[in-house]
Amino acid sequence: MSIDTDTARKVAHLARIKVEEDELPALAGEFNAILGFIEQLQEVDVEGVEPMTSVTPQRLKRRDDVVTDGDQQDKVLANAPDAREGFFAVPKVVE
Amino acid sequence: MLDLTYDAPKPKTLSGATGDWELVIGMEVHAQVATKAKLFSGASTRFGAEPNSNVAFVDAGMPGMLPVINEGCIRQAVKTGLGLKAEINLFSAFDRKNYFYPDLPQGYQISQLYHPIVGEGEVLVELGDGTARNVRIERIHLEQDAGKSIHDMDPHMSFVDLNRTGVALMEIVSRPDIRGPEEAAAYIAKLRQIMRYLGTCDGNMQSGNLRADVNVSVCRPGDYERYMETQDFGHLGTRCEIKNMNSMRFIQQAIDYEARRQIALLEDGKEVVQETRLFDPDKGETRSMRSKEEAHDYRYFPDPDLLPLEIEQDWVDEIAANLPELPDEKKARFIKDFGLSDYDASVLTAEHENAAYFEAVADGRDGKLAANWVINELFGRLKKEDHDITESPVSPAQLGGIVELITKGDISGKIAKELFEIVYTEGGDPAQIVEERGMKQVTDTGAIEASVDEVIAANPAQVEKAQANPKLAGWFVGQVMKATGGKANPKAVNEIVSKKLGL
Repeated sequence: MSIDTDTARKVAHLARIKVEEDELPALAGEFNAILGFIEQLQEVDVEGVEPMTSVTPQRLKRRDDVVTDGDQQDKVLANAPDAREGFFAVPKVVE
Repeated sequence: MLDLTYDAPKPKTLSGATGDWELVIGMEVHAQVATKAKLFSGASTRFGAEPNSNVAFVDAGMPGMLPVINEGCIRQAVKTGLGLKAEINLFSAFDRKNYFYPDLPQGYQISQLYHPIVGEGEVLVELGDGTARNVRIERIHLEQDAGKSIHDMDPHMSFVDLNRTGVALMEIVSRPDIRGPEEAAAYIAKLRQIMRYLGTCDGNMQSGNLRADVNVSVCRPGDYERYMETQDFGHLGTRCEIKNMNSMRFIQQAIDYEARRQIALLEDGKEVVQETRLFDPDKGETRSMRSKEEAHDYRYFPDPDLLPLEIEQDWVDEIAANLPELPDEKKARFIKDFGLSDYDASVLTAEHENAAYFEAVADGRDGKLAANWVINELFGRLKKEDHDITESPVSPAQLGGIVELITKGDISGKIAKELFEIVYTEGGDPAQIVEERGMKQVTDTGAIEASVDEVIAANPAQVEKAQANPKLAGWFVGQVMKATGGKANPKAVNEIVSKKLGL
């Protein structure tokens, strides 16, 4: 698989990262280098090898169903560029 | 286990200009998991709190915050899976679904695309006319809910509340086995009923506890059978997905509109484009959500913050062993043990609180009579005042007392209704009320005879008429009932009147 500038532009847009038009070819080239490395990895025969999910043997940590957090409206809103009446206020988004 | 058997219903058919069309519907139901805390944070799930007060930094997507899964949510998902007779996957995993929206501060939703916690199951959906559809469940996965955006508080701004952000949802995905708008509504009602029995979802549609995305397509008669045989979707039409509906009525309207729209396109020689649509309840139509199309590139990948979720069979077995009796089993048992009709058994098992109430009334008493009184008198009376069973002023013991008095022949049906009204409004022990207020039915034939004699003696003209035309004997029965204040046993009065008049 090869990434062209159109794909690079689309990926940038999906990630909401602004990339100038003249930077796209270089970016596409970097993507291709990464994909090339992955293609190389795919040559390894992993038949019968279970995918590793953790380097140390551990189980997904769980919490009990108890309320231990929240009640911090001021802190949650502290970094918001705009907040009104306890809500985040953002430019209008309507479907 | 007892089995309920029904015939499959006929699919809904719409006739177009070029012949008949059938509907094919699959649903994705999002059910809010009933837990105290969220899926990956310790913030509360309580509905109706101050905006942004049930928010942990994890939910707000603050940098460096890590999700820790709530075991209660896992248990509820497993319980739901067992309730839908589904396969429980001991290994499941979480993935990130990436998209940007103001009410999703992480920039991705944590979901389970590749390895859901629950696999294939099935739901029996009764349609109330003696038919039922077996709807296959494809999977159930756990995922985070998004926050809430409010668009009507300011002309230029949208207001965002993250209280719902990160609350656990179960997405229940069906196969395209639903064949009409009524079936779709009945399917949701059945899921809701099962989850309420299990206590895994409150099922309150108004507050958004239960929402559905509906996939609709149309096909020609015979196509669906070919699909069922081969499981090849090529036999079915192109589908459209109508997003996020939380009203049974709107769901039915949307399906009906959408099917007609697709038929019109096809008959016009055009194609149905696979897309996401929104239902507009004011206009009663669906419209395309074009803006969503590009966002459909979700770039799923395994969430590196979460190890796979591994659960033990012993734990699943323990949950299975403690499962409550489910609606189908309860209904079958009511039909068998109490001799109830399918309809009465459905009404009584619709909510588990109703079923428990009925069982307490019927315990050691006449089940059919108990069902009659619970459904007709009690539910009727409660409905008049917009109360549900938990608000009933009449306890099962009190209603049971009334049923007993009827069975023993102590009171007539008519008096029983008066007694019910007294117990409903004033309270008290039914047997004691009957005793104190002299409401007991007179079955003493001597007393009834005396009363009949009196009426006959006082009305010689009526006696002659009745002897000429026996149909008029009813007049005497009426007079005796009046004279005894409705307490005489009507059957006994009938017999004595006929005998005394020599009919």
